[in-house]
Amino acid sequence: MNRKLLQSIREYKRESILAPVFVVLEVLMEVLIPLQMAKIIDEGIQKQNLSYIIQMGVILVIMAMFALYFGVKAGSYAAKAAAGFAKNLRHDIFYRIQDFSFKNIDRFSTPSLVTRLTTDITNVQMAYMMSVRILSRAPIMALLSLIMIMTINMEIALLMLLLIPILGGALLLIAKKAHPHFVKVFDEYDVLNNSVQENVNAARVVKAYVREEHEIEKFHGISGVVYKLFTKAEKIVAWNSPVMQFTMYAVIMAMVLIGGKSIVYGTMEVGELTSVIVYAISILMSLMMVTFVFVMIMIAEASADRITEVLDEVPEMQDGENAIHEVPNGDIDFEQVEFSYGGKDSTPALQGINLHIKSGQTVGIIGGTGSSKTSLVSLIPRLYDVTGGTVKVGGIDVRQYSLESLRDQVSMVLQKNVLFTGSIYENIRWGDENATDEEVQRVCELAQADGFIREFPQGYNTMIVEGGNNVSGGQKQRLCIARALLKKPKVLILDDSTSAVDTKTDALIRKAFREEIPDTTKIIIAQRISSVEDADLIIVMDEGKINGMGTSKELLETNEIYREVYESQVKGGGQDE
Amino acid sequence: MNDNNKKPRVTKDTLKTAKRLLGYVMRDYKMKFIAVCCCILMSSIASISVSLSLKFLLDGYIVPLIGHQNPDFTELYGALSVLGTIFLLGVLATFCYTRLMVNIGQGVLKTIRDEMFEHMQTLPIRYFDQHTNGSIMSLYTNDTDTLRQMINQSIPQVLMSGLTIIVTFIAMMVLSPLLTLLAVVMILLMFVVTKKIGGNSGKYFVRQQMDLANVTGFVEEHMSGQRVIKIFNHESVAKEQFDELNEKLFHSAANANTYASIMGPVVGNIGNMLFVLTAVLGGFLSIIGVGGITLGVMASYLQFTKSFTQPFMQVAQQFNSIIMALAGAERIFGMMDEEPEVDEGYVTLVNAWKDKDGNIKECKERTGMWAWKHPHQDGTVTYTELKGDVRFFDMSFGYTDEKTVLHDLTLYAKPGQKLAFVGSTGAGKTTITNLINRFYDVQDGKIRYDGININKIKKADLRRSLGIVLQDTHLFTGTIMENIRYGKLDATDEEIYAAAKLAHADQFIRMLPNGYDTMLTGDGEELSQGQRQLLAIARAAVADPPVLILDEATSSIDTRTESIVQKGMDNLMKGRTVFVIAHRLSTIRNSDAIMVLDHGRIVERGSHDELIQQHGIYYQLYTGKLELD
Repeated sequence: MNRKLLQSIREYKRESILAPVFVVLEVLMEVLIPLQMAKIIDEGIQKQNLSYIIQMGVILVIMAMFALYFGVKAGSYAAKAAAGFAKNLRHDIFYRIQDFSFKNIDRFSTPSLVTRLTTDITNVQMAYMMSVRILSRAPIMALLSLIMIMTINMEIALLMLLLIPILGGALLLIAKKAHPHFVKVFDEYDVLNNSVQENVNAARVVKAYVREEHEIEKFHGISGVVYKLFTKAEKIVAWNSPVMQFTMYAVIMAMVLIGGKSIVYGTMEVGELTSVIVYAISILMSLMMVTFVFVMIMIAEASADRITEVLDEVPEMQDGENAIHEVPNGDIDFEQVEFSYGGKDSTPALQGINLHIKSGQTVGIIGGTGSSKTSLVSLIPRLYDVTGGTVKVGGIDVRQYSLESLRDQVSMVLQKNVLFTGSIYENIRWGDENATDEEVQRVCELAQADGFIREFPQGYNTMIVEGGNNVSGGQKQRLCIARALLKKPKVLILDDSTSAVDTKTDALIRKAFREEIPDTTKIIIAQRISSVEDADLIIVMDEGKINGMGTSKELLETNEIYREVYESQVKGGGQDE
Repeated sequence: MNDNNKKPRVTKDTLKTAKRLLGYVMRDYKMKFIAVCCCILMSSIASISVSLSLKFLLDGYIVPLIGHQNPDFTELYGALSVLGTIFLLGVLATFCYTRLMVNIGQGVLKTIRDEMFEHMQTLPIRYFDQHTNGSIMSLYTNDTDTLRQMINQSIPQVLMSGLTIIVTFIAMMVLSPLLTLLAVVMILLMFVVTKKIGGNSGKYFVRQQMDLANVTGFVEEHMSGQRVIKIFNHESVAKEQFDELNEKLFHSAANANTYASIMGPVVGNIGNMLFVLTAVLGGFLSIIGVGGITLGVMASYLQFTKSFTQPFMQVAQQFNSIIMALAGAERIFGMMDEEPEVDEGYVTLVNAWKDKDGNIKECKERTGMWAWKHPHQDGTVTYTELKGDVRFFDMSFGYTDEKTVLHDLTLYAKPGQKLAFVGSTGAGKTTITNLINRFYDVQDGKIRYDGININKIKKADLRRSLGIVLQDTHLFTGTIMENIRYGKLDATDEEIYAAAKLAHADQFIRMLPNGYDTMLTGDGEELSQGQRQLLAIARAAVADPPVLILDEATSSIDTRTESIVQKGMDNLMKGRTVFVIAHRLSTIRNSDAIMVLDHGRIVERGSHDELIQQHGIYYQLYTGKLELD
């Protein structure tokens, strides 16, 4: 397993070391106990010495107690070490993700992060537990057994010594041969799961188009491939047992032959032959276990790689030294801004943006899908870094602020809004943990949310379910606005955040903004002309460039896009929604 | 918190599940499975003969030779070759059964997976609405995985161990029934201890599973809300909450695995104690000469005692995984036992043409004209032309018996008419579309399609005649071409291009580096929501159905693009009966009739102009005085 991951063992190093120590002690007992047993048979039973049997029996019971104690200790330390390692890994990944910039987040899909935090870590945990227990047990067991055999019969010991690398090599070869097949199997597994997921999600589409048979056929194809790959991989692994058994039986036969002759020639005791066979079998078993663990580690390797991928991802944005913590005012300046999501060489999302907004102004932004409205405002709270030019807030380059202070004072309501499990109070308090109930209620009033919240039976204590699906789209948007307002920001950005709110309420929200937070710079992205019509400045975006700028009146005269949108929505006295 | 203390228990249902699982094996792999059992028997005989033969060889062929000047080993060679043959057979048997088990195990898994998926396709939409995607998914992943492990590892292991136990036990009985009595007592003790530890371990495994689910849920919510977390500088709080859940998972996982891993040493050392007791008791008995216990009997009996605990340990270790796998299998079978969607329809949709007298005739080739083929009880068949006339008569419906969602709805849509539904969330708009294509069945009243009660129409044919574009666009892994072709599997490339042009999707598709061959993965993540909706519209267009249902089909397209798409949509809607549900009233203004729904009742109906004049709810909505949620 790679070194990077092992760094996460940290405080469970003690358990990780103690577990093998106790394993070694346990193995010691396990090797000694058969000796004791042989004594009981050879000395006690054969010679009908009952007091000797009892004497040795008591010792054996004590040894068994110790073995039990060591075994339990080894097991619990190993379990704790592995569970602790897994805990730390989850901790490290989750913390790392929290430090991700938006660019980092874009690189990983949500389900893939979830899999990494769950299934992958579980795989690593199991492999680690097995490693701690068995990788210490097997070699020691093999070594001690070998020593025991040596004390009895050198010839047989040499035979074993010769056999170990051959059998070990064979087993490893099987594991190695199987490995690439398992990797393929798990890739195909992903395809299978993906196909099921799609079908479950799109059950309505499948049924509406009567494509059940088509989907079943597709699925049979994939499950057939999984079957084939899996069978192939497992058939390779299936060589393990017969190879093992063949070796074991061959060894036994050889020993009976060699040992038998030795007995006949008087160089070996009868009881010794029995012991030698027992030790030989445990050597072979140890080898078997080692290869078993190797296979597990190989499978976990893929998971480990996926985890390291997250841990290795370097958070793009870090505060510089002497970061500024106070945003002086809500001035915003874009100077020759260029921006692209993929870095300098990819297609630009924004080109040649020059823009100056005064503190306290209300700015509207409109433009079609893909015109980079969102990209433009994302640069203000530094969700992304520009690839050229500068963005300034309060006259200072955003890169000079500490991220936390900048985002505290530049509040943005995202297009894809998310509320979290918890009460309305708790959700709004995301804006300011220490806000009083009155403060929460005030921002809700501003966002025109107070009214409907009070209509809920539990009012502000109403629980929001995951994703906020128990409030309507318009209500959700207003809660998100309230949450952003609670930060008392110098700049407030609404990215299409009132699309599900009716025009009247929308107007009331804007009125509240105007009257209650006159010093805050307000930037509103909207598809609805009425949402931006009365702004101090309207920016028309088109294909990553500013197509026009001015008041509604000016733009009606000079800007074709604006006029087109305006007429499509306002003509005939009707407004949408 | 009750669930916390649930122990995995062997109940009647578990046994039933096990039996059913075995049924799969017996159904498809009867001969193979019998062969496996035989091979395992042979294999365990070989492994038992190791300890049996040793005494035999020593006493019969080796010890008698001690002291001979020129020992003759021929007899020993002979005995060894017999033993070697048994061993060889054993190895061969092992080779066969491990391979056969791979085939059986993977084959059964494939069958179960396929049957599960096939059955899932027959389930009514109700099932998908009532179960979370995650819980359905976990049937295919977690539950099938544990099943795989059980079939591959546990079953052969348990069979092998079971046979070994039986054979060893018989051998012990033969040697000394008296001492075996002692062994039985110890075995019972072993059982009690294993059950105790197994129970504890099971308890913590259940708890671990729950804690893992909690962590997963938390992670899922926070990963998808990661951007919001960043904007609100909420990282530290999220970290704190995560640590708490993580700590809990650590505890249950550590405990569960501790109990699972101490099972081995505990059972093993009980075995050691058994050895001592047997030795003492046996030694005592042999000395006083009771029970016919001789030295030789004692020696080999003790050998057996040693090898006896090994299989018990193996069974004990498999216990947890078997119980967990059976619990998973129970869930899988639970889904497979869900009632499939019933379809007692007998009216089918056929290609048709009209002869000179205007009679409708059925034909095989596509004519562009469709007819409902209606067989009657007296054996006659009538044909009705597919036109797209949809009428509701006093229709009522509720998803549950307690709550009626739609009340006495009566409405009609003549062929080619455009009908719009307006109303707040929960007013029942989407429910109406659910009923037209029979995702759900009406409880009261009826729906007639071209004069035929839709309950008489085969569901597949009914749905084929309806095109539907949903608010949540779902695309499939595959190229854009394949995704549009989903609407009509035998569509030519030209038809696809035409449909894309109609939906105004052609332009953006051609801008993509690979054009129509662009691969979509993960529900079309690479595209914007608006682009995905355009593809969904193209998909419906290529299907070319007489009736079209648009459920918020353009909600994510900006108004400017929408106004362009609208032209395509108008083309698409031409000559078809259309049901439109839209948030934006501008998109439904030119409908033939607009129904305003409130709490499952139609409160206003009429054309746009009529409704504006009425100065009712629609008017208020339209002028922005009322909020639509």
